[in-house]
Amino acid sequence: MTDRPQRLRIADREFHSRLIMGTGKFASGELMAAALDASGAELVTVALRRANLTGQADPFANILEFIDPKKYLLLPNTSGARNAEEACRLARLGRAATGSSWMKLEIHPDPRYLLPDPVETLKAAEVLVKEGFTVLPYINADPVLAKRLEDVGCATVMPLGSPIGSARGIETRASIAIIIEQARVPVVVDAGLGAPSHAAEAMEMGADAVLVNTAIAVAADPVRMAEAFRSAVEAGRAAYEIGVAPKRREAEPTSPLTGFLDEA
Amino acid sequence: MKLDQIAIAEKATAADVEGALSRSRRSLDDFAALISPAASQPVYLEEMARQAHALTVRHFGRVIRLFAPLYLSNECINICKYCGFSRDNPILRVTLTPDQVQTEAAFLRQQGFRHILLVSGEHPHFVSDRYLGDCVARLRPEWPSISLEVGPMETEQYRPIVEAGAEGLVVYQETYDREVYRQMHTSGPKKDFDWRLETAERAYEAGFKRLGIGALLGLAPWRGEALALAAHCQYLLRRCWMAQLTVSIPRLRPAAGEFQPLVPVTDREVVQLVCALRLMFPEVGIVLSTREPAKLRDGLIPLGITMMSAGSHTEPGGYTGQGRDELHLTKGGRLVKPPRPAIESEGEHATVQFEIADSRSPSEVATRLQEIGYEPVWKDWDLALNET
Repeated sequence: MTDRPQRLRIADREFHSRLIMGTGKFASGELMAAALDASGAELVTVALRRANLTGQADPFANILEFIDPKKYLLLPNTSGARNAEEACRLARLGRAATGSSWMKLEIHPDPRYLLPDPVETLKAAEVLVKEGFTVLPYINADPVLAKRLEDVGCATVMPLGSPIGSARGIETRASIAIIIEQARVPVVVDAGLGAPSHAAEAMEMGADAVLVNTAIAVAADPVRMAEAFRSAVEAGRAAYEIGVAPKRREAEPTSPLTGFLDEA
Repeated sequence: MKLDQIAIAEKATAADVEGALSRSRRSLDDFAALISPAASQPVYLEEMARQAHALTVRHFGRVIRLFAPLYLSNECINICKYCGFSRDNPILRVTLTPDQVQTEAAFLRQQGFRHILLVSGEHPHFVSDRYLGDCVARLRPEWPSISLEVGPMETEQYRPIVEAGAEGLVVYQETYDREVYRQMHTSGPKKDFDWRLETAERAYEAGFKRLGIGALLGLAPWRGEALALAAHCQYLLRRCWMAQLTVSIPRLRPAAGEFQPLVPVTDREVVQLVCALRLMFPEVGIVLSTREPAKLRDGLIPLGITMMSAGSHTEPGGYTGQGRDELHLTKGGRLVKPPRPAIESEGEHATVQFEIADSRSPSEVATRLQEIGYEPVWKDWDLALNET
């Protein structure tokens, strides 16, 4: 059993859903909206570089129009930024344009594997927290970095399971286990979750939430895949709260051998 | 590039192809096998296409980024036998003023474009680094993403252009075959093969975030070009690790000078090469221009394309007629007094670099993308990411 609250709490907000959705790679805005609905997500991340940040409506950069602000808390992200300075600038423009001070901090200078830069992420997190942002940083599964980010006031840490879009699942399992064990803020496993079973695995490990994008967006049927992830996250979380049986090397009979001692 | 890779590209066996198809991370040897005649067998080509599609969707999603070229100038001091802008072609030339560039750009913006590629011939006097910086600075407030395809420059010349707001630089080697390169480029700074080859690195040093490289198919045997392009790509991925890399494999198109491709490349071979590039470089962007006809473009999209131009004009002033009053004829690089009636006639315009093959409008292309299950993305970058 766990004494953690049933609901996910990030900063001052509570969420029923522990599935956070990304909005990239969908074949259309309509399909994305339908998948978001099916996922049950309440927190949705959007790349600010896709949105119009001038404050004026733009039919050619209208991704935000597909995300109903009454249903979802918008979590803009700084993807595209290669250093702290770019990320902070984008975050400020994003807040001005969207009104959201929640920010998924993403700084990946390497466009090939999109692996996050720990040095620049910590630097930017410190600045943005001081400026009043609720910062959710995307990081490699580095337990020390996670603590440092927590110390500067980040609302969560978001370690990757494997590179973005790779669908390789939780390759960083041992480090994520340490991060979960040590965390005082919610741990969101982000990136690389390619199948509902990966999401369930993260939740069974004790992750507070997962973020999924590619696996749903590029599925043949994104809406049904969103439902599948939703179920997996719920199942994984329930198993974690109930307590998953520890693994053993040998078989354990379901009828104990010493059971006769208790017989009348 | 090792010589034996060219041998593989020519003589790979079915087993080599199957080996290359079975791996998830591929070597240059594998790439060579994938562009071989053996791999062009329908059964392998279909498997390549299937894998290329899956990789593209996974890495880039069901989206295509759209951009438009804006030709600034067709003045050029190089003689390149295949190019419409070649100095020795007697054509109508003009260099747009920054004001005129802004007018052309406004038209493209109205059509939806938020990513623009400024293109010009190589002419240090008309198309100076300062002029390019002025054009970029002028467009910056309205354009989240500005790239350049202009004559190669020194790192120090690029820096102010980057500071003005440009984020991408495109330079095609044309041909990686040194001998063919020498024969094609007979005069002007472009004669220097290595100076051109090292352009992407100088651009990276100067702060460009997107680098585009490519080979112009039709000049030298395509398998050799493809291998060299892949080796160049591999090198840049390590050397310029923070840059977003794109590759392009334009085929020669009809142009002034009437140059005919020395080695024609078939549609099937273009398809094979796009698939092979995608299998070799899952994360690298592949750009497709309006040089290719609509049907082939539509067919190539699912196989690895990530960026497309649409509704393009390849002459300065092509969109709104800017610069029409300043047109002048040059012959052998020298100004010839224009024949007045020709200049004054309705619809007179600067000469194109090459004829486009897909003449659909941007909105028609966007509609077609939606029909085949892709989202046309007009904006995928923000000014905030450019300020340095």
